[in-house]
Amino acid sequence: MNLRKIILKELLERKKQFLTSFIAILLGIIVIVAVKSVSTSSEKAVAIQLDNLGANILVLPQTTNIDNYYAADINAPEMPEDYVDRITSSTIKGVDNMSPKLSARIKIDNYSLVLTGILPKNELASKPIWQTSGFSDPGLQAACDPNSIMNKSSGYKDPKLQRMAIDSLGEYDCLAGSDVVSKLSLKEGSGIKIKGTEFKIVKVLPQTGTVDDGRIFVHLRTAQKILGKGRVINAIEIMGCCSAISEGLLGNLRNILPDTKITTINHIVQTQVKTNNTMEKFSLIFLIIIVLVGGISIGNYMWSNVEERKKEIGSLLAIGASPRDIYYIFIGKGLILGLIGGIAGYLLGSLAGMILGPQIAGVKVLPIPILFIWAMVIAVGISVIASYLPARRAAKLDPALILQEI
Amino acid sequence: MIKIENLSKIYNSKRDAVVALSEVSLSIKNGEFVSIVGPSGSGKTTLLLCMGGLIHPYRGKVTIGEDSIYDLDVKKRAIFRLRNLGFVFQTFNLIPYLTALENVQIPLALAGISDGHQSGKATELLEKMGLADRLNHKPRELSIGQQQRVAIARALANEPKIILADEPTGNLDPDMTRETVSYLKLLNQTGITVVMVTHNPGAAEYSQRTLRLVEGKLRE
Repeated sequence: MNLRKIILKELLERKKQFLTSFIAILLGIIVIVAVKSVSTSSEKAVAIQLDNLGANILVLPQTTNIDNYYAADINAPEMPEDYVDRITSSTIKGVDNMSPKLSARIKIDNYSLVLTGILPKNELASKPIWQTSGFSDPGLQAACDPNSIMNKSSGYKDPKLQRMAIDSLGEYDCLAGSDVVSKLSLKEGSGIKIKGTEFKIVKVLPQTGTVDDGRIFVHLRTAQKILGKGRVINAIEIMGCCSAISEGLLGNLRNILPDTKITTINHIVQTQVKTNNTMEKFSLIFLIIIVLVGGISIGNYMWSNVEERKKEIGSLLAIGASPRDIYYIFIGKGLILGLIGGIAGYLLGSLAGMILGPQIAGVKVLPIPILFIWAMVIAVGISVIASYLPARRAAKLDPALILQEI
Repeated sequence: MIKIENLSKIYNSKRDAVVALSEVSLSIKNGEFVSIVGPSGSGKTTLLLCMGGLIHPYRGKVTIGEDSIYDLDVKKRAIFRLRNLGFVFQTFNLIPYLTALENVQIPLALAGISDGHQSGKATELLEKMGLADRLNHKPRELSIGQQQRVAIARALANEPKIILADEPTGNLDPDMTRETVSYLKLLNQTGITVVMVTHNPGAAEYSQRTLRLVEGKLRE
């Protein structure tokens, strides 16, 4: 026999009263864990989607029209290529990679197409066109996992994104979009004359359904030469970490490139931020509810429990229990309530998240271990704090009033 | 020896102050069996609880052996009770969700005795009280008399020098009353000091000395 056994035996004896408070704390933890699981998985899913879109930030000359994000570089004004070096040499965090481009609309046999000069080793491997053409690993993972330790470090780098889409592109080699080859009746290995210069189509790119289908990609240096330009570009595509975007990456870029227009896939980022904010608010509201409802319920239960056990408390004091032992009995009971509520709440909340996640947010939800710690801290914290006043009252009960028999 | 000097206790309620004990002084020798009698509300239980270190008096001093118990801090007073005193109540105050054996084990557990020793000692005490076949019964499964014997066994668990009994026969029939008081007498004969609050003159006859308390004042 010890005080712990006394607590457990009493809990088992008065299961019904215990159950009400237990359900209050359990439901609160279930909701918090479920909402947090879904919102975290949703953030992660949006981050992966953003990464899979390839570049999510475009740096363009100031006067560029950006009605169409994906075609904004075509015939845009020009800017110096050394803007890329300015970003590289800055200390801005969240820039994963950059791909400078020079594009111009040209005509071949009366067919209008876009000639795009690229630096092969800078092309972003996660862009759909390189993914579908087999230039890069289709299993490429998101760089912007919000929980990634990498993203939290000052030296942010994702090694997987260091793999570039195209290792090399010869001076007179080109990659042709699917529309280009079909309109001009070309095929892989064919020659094509662009601005008086003969190129060889080394690869026909599969259809992507984007403006890239109407492009011919050549080396940036070659494009600059045949278009009669110097070391200029008209776009820098940047792979920016989505969480860094919401934390002010765009503003930082504008600071170092003040005479440019910097844009992003705004609606996607905003939707993500909005969804995340809604989920965060939802979690906060439930946290407040659980603190109030759970805390009041447990406090009320413990208070009634003290009332009900006055004689028992008096007897224990008479036998030789100290007020500290009485505190232990009631705080210990709150602790057990919190521990069981936290564990069961985490398990059921994770299960609820796994079931509801695909329906509510369209994302696959897996249990998140860190939420277990949160569930325990919240459940145990509320239970112990709510038990404190009743325990204090029990420890300070006047034995004279309790033990007066007549 | 229990020595009480000028003990006063006042209960303050919202409306007025009630004097429960007024300048009570008395001495009880080691090994004595003393009854405290008096009408309801005369302060008998308050005096007993003051002796047991459970109520801080308004004024006065309670000395048991060498210790002035209200000069001890709360924790030391609890340890003092645990080692030296055994309480028996009218309504037994057994813990309802524990078995007879577990109830007797509580004072042993509070004294830090290991589980194995607790069990052995508690079993031995309950066997002496004729409850060998009721060890694992909860209080509600025991008769009134059996509950009182469990309460006495619990009071004896830590081999106290003093037993403080508050109306131990108040809920018992005449046969059980005789049996219980006889048992207290038997304990007294082993050298244990017994102080019993009662309003049963028959029970008081078993004691060596009877103190009468009226309106908080002692009339020996």
